[in-house]
Amino acid sequence: MTVTLDFEKSIGELESKLAELRHMASTGEMDIASEVKRLQDKTEKLLAKTYKTLTPWQKVQVARHPERPHTGNYIDALITDFTPLAGDRTFAEDAAIVGGLGRFRGQPVVVMGHEKGRDTDLRIKHNFGMPRPEGYRKAARLMQLADRFKLPVITFVDTAGAHPGIDAEERGQSEALARCLEISAAVNVPILTTIIGEGGSGGAIALAFANVVMMLEHSIYSVISPEGCASILWRTRDKKEEAAIAQKLTAQDLKQFGIIDRIIPEPLGGAQRSPATIIQSVGDALEKALKPLLSLDGKVVRSQRRAKFLAMGRSGLA
Amino acid sequence: MSWFTTFVRPRINALMRKQEIPDDLWHKCSSCEQMIYHKDLVSHQYVCRHCGHHMRIPLKMRFETLFDAGSYTRVPLPKVLLDPLKFKDSKKYADRLKVARLETKEEDAILVAEGYMGGYPVVLAAFDFSFIGGSMGMAVGEGLVRAAERACELKSAYITLPSSGGARMQEGIFSLMQMPRSVIAVEQVKEAGLPYITILVNPTMGGVAASFAMLGDIAIAEPGAIIGFTGARVLQETIRQELPPGFQEANFQLAHGMVDMVTPREDIRQKLIDILGVLMSKK
Repeated sequence: MTVTLDFEKSIGELESKLAELRHMASTGEMDIASEVKRLQDKTEKLLAKTYKTLTPWQKVQVARHPERPHTGNYIDALITDFTPLAGDRTFAEDAAIVGGLGRFRGQPVVVMGHEKGRDTDLRIKHNFGMPRPEGYRKAARLMQLADRFKLPVITFVDTAGAHPGIDAEERGQSEALARCLEISAAVNVPILTTIIGEGGSGGAIALAFANVVMMLEHSIYSVISPEGCASILWRTRDKKEEAAIAQKLTAQDLKQFGIIDRIIPEPLGGAQRSPATIIQSVGDALEKALKPLLSLDGKVVRSQRRAKFLAMGRSGLA
Repeated sequence: MSWFTTFVRPRINALMRKQEIPDDLWHKCSSCEQMIYHKDLVSHQYVCRHCGHHMRIPLKMRFETLFDAGSYTRVPLPKVLLDPLKFKDSKKYADRLKVARLETKEEDAILVAEGYMGGYPVVLAAFDFSFIGGSMGMAVGEGLVRAAERACELKSAYITLPSSGGARMQEGIFSLMQMPRSVIAVEQVKEAGLPYITILVNPTMGGVAASFAMLGDIAIAEPGAIIGFTGARVLQETIRQELPPGFQEANFQLAHGMVDMVTPREDIRQKLIDILGVLMSKK
C-alpha cells in the first residue's frame, strides 16, 4: 500500500515496519521470523477491527481509494478474448466508460464499466470516470449490440457521477442518461451490475438498471455525493461526515432496503489490499448470479428486471 | 403636539399606505417588475403581458386551461412509505413534509388527472414546484408509474409536465431509483402504442431531466424554462467559468436538438390537440 487513509495511520505504520522486517529477513541478515509473525498478527487484528467498524464516511474514503481495482483490472482478469469497442457513432469516444466484447468464464458477453484511471495521465484520459453524453450513448449502443446477439451484459460501476460541464450540457447529458435507462429497460438480455467503488448518482444508475445488482462490501451507492448533499442541505461541505451517515449509502444499508441483491465480502483491509482476491470473488459471484438467468427467455428476463425496480420501496421497509 | 405628529407622520403613513397593495389584486412580474392586474394575470395564464415572462401558474389553474371545458378528474395515487431513511439535516425531513403538505394541501409534488383535450383522452402527470422544489421521491415516482398505468388502461395519451429541481435528496437512494422506475412507466405507454408527450416547465433538472422528462415522443418546452442535468450554480463552482447567456434555457435546448418546440403557455393546449389529432386519430 502506498496510500494510507487518515484513519489507517497506525495500520500504515505497522505495515511499513512489517515490510522492513521482511526485507531484512529476505536478505538473511537475522532470523526474525517470530518477530515478523508477531507484527503480522498485530496488523491483521488491527485491520480486522478497523474494517469491521468503518463509519459511513470511512467507507466513502475506502470506496474512493486510488489503489482499489478498477473496471480495467476486472476486465483484464475476468474477461478473455476481450475486444474493446469505442465511440458513440454520433460525436466522440468517451473513455470514462470502457467496454467491449469478450468471454466471461467461457460465456460470450458484452462488458462495460466506468474507468477512473490509475495515474494522472490516465485519469485525464478517462476523465476520472465521469462520462459525458458520448459515454452513455456508447453504453447504450453496446447494450443494443448485446440485445441483438443475445449476450448478457456485465457492468462495473465506479463513478463520482456524470461529468459536469458546458460541453456535456450542450450535447444533452440528461437525454443521454435517460436514453441509456430506456435501453436498459428495453433489452431482452440479462444485465448484471457490480458496484466496485463509488456509485455516484445518475452517472451510476445509467449502468445499474440491472437484473442483479451487487456491491462490494465497502463500496457506496447514493443519489449525490456526501459533499454535495452537505453543501445543499447543510449549506457547507464540512458536514460531509454527517451527510454520509444520513444518506445510508453503505452496501449494508442498501441490502437491507432491498435496493441491491448481494454484498460481495472484501478481503481483510479492503479490496485495495489484495486486488486478485476480490476480483476472484467478484468473478465467482457473477458466475453464480448469471447462471439461472441464462436459461430464461429474454422477455422473462426483461420483465423480471422491470418488476424488481417497480417493487422497490413498496414493501419490506419499516 | 408638534408639527411632526400632526403633519409629517400622517403624510408618511399615507405614503406607506399607498404601497400597501392587496395581495390578490396586483402582482409584480418577477422578471420586468411591472405591475399586473390579477384578472389580467389569470386570463393570460400567469404570463406577463408586458414582457412575456412565464411565471409559475397554480397547478389546478394549469389543469383547467389544458383540459376540455376545464374539466378533469384527479387520479388517486397510492400511498407510499414516508421518510424511508428517517432523514435529518438541519430539520427533520418528516417535518419538512408536514409543512409542505400544510402549505400546498396536497400529499406530495405530483398531481395526476385524466380527461380530454380536443376530445382525445389524456392522462396528465404534473409537478408542483412549490412542494419541496418539485423534487422526485417515492411518492412522485409512484405517481408517474400510476399515471402511465392509467393511460394504458384508458388507452390515453400520457403527458408529463415536470417542474423540478431533480431528486429529493432526503429520500437518498430511493429517489435515485425513481429514475429507472419512471422510465419503465414511459416504456409501458410507448409499448402500448400510445403517445408520450412532455411539457418541460421551469425548471426541469437533474434526475428528473435525466429520466422520463427527456424521453417524450414529442417534447414541448415553455419559453424561458431552464432544462438540463447539472444546475448552473454547481457548474460554475466546478468549472469556475462564466456560463453563456441563455445557457440551458428552452431556446438553447431547441437549438441543441433536445426539444421539438418552444411554445408559449397559452398556445400549448392547441398544440397538444394538433399533435394528438395526428398521433391518435384512426385513419
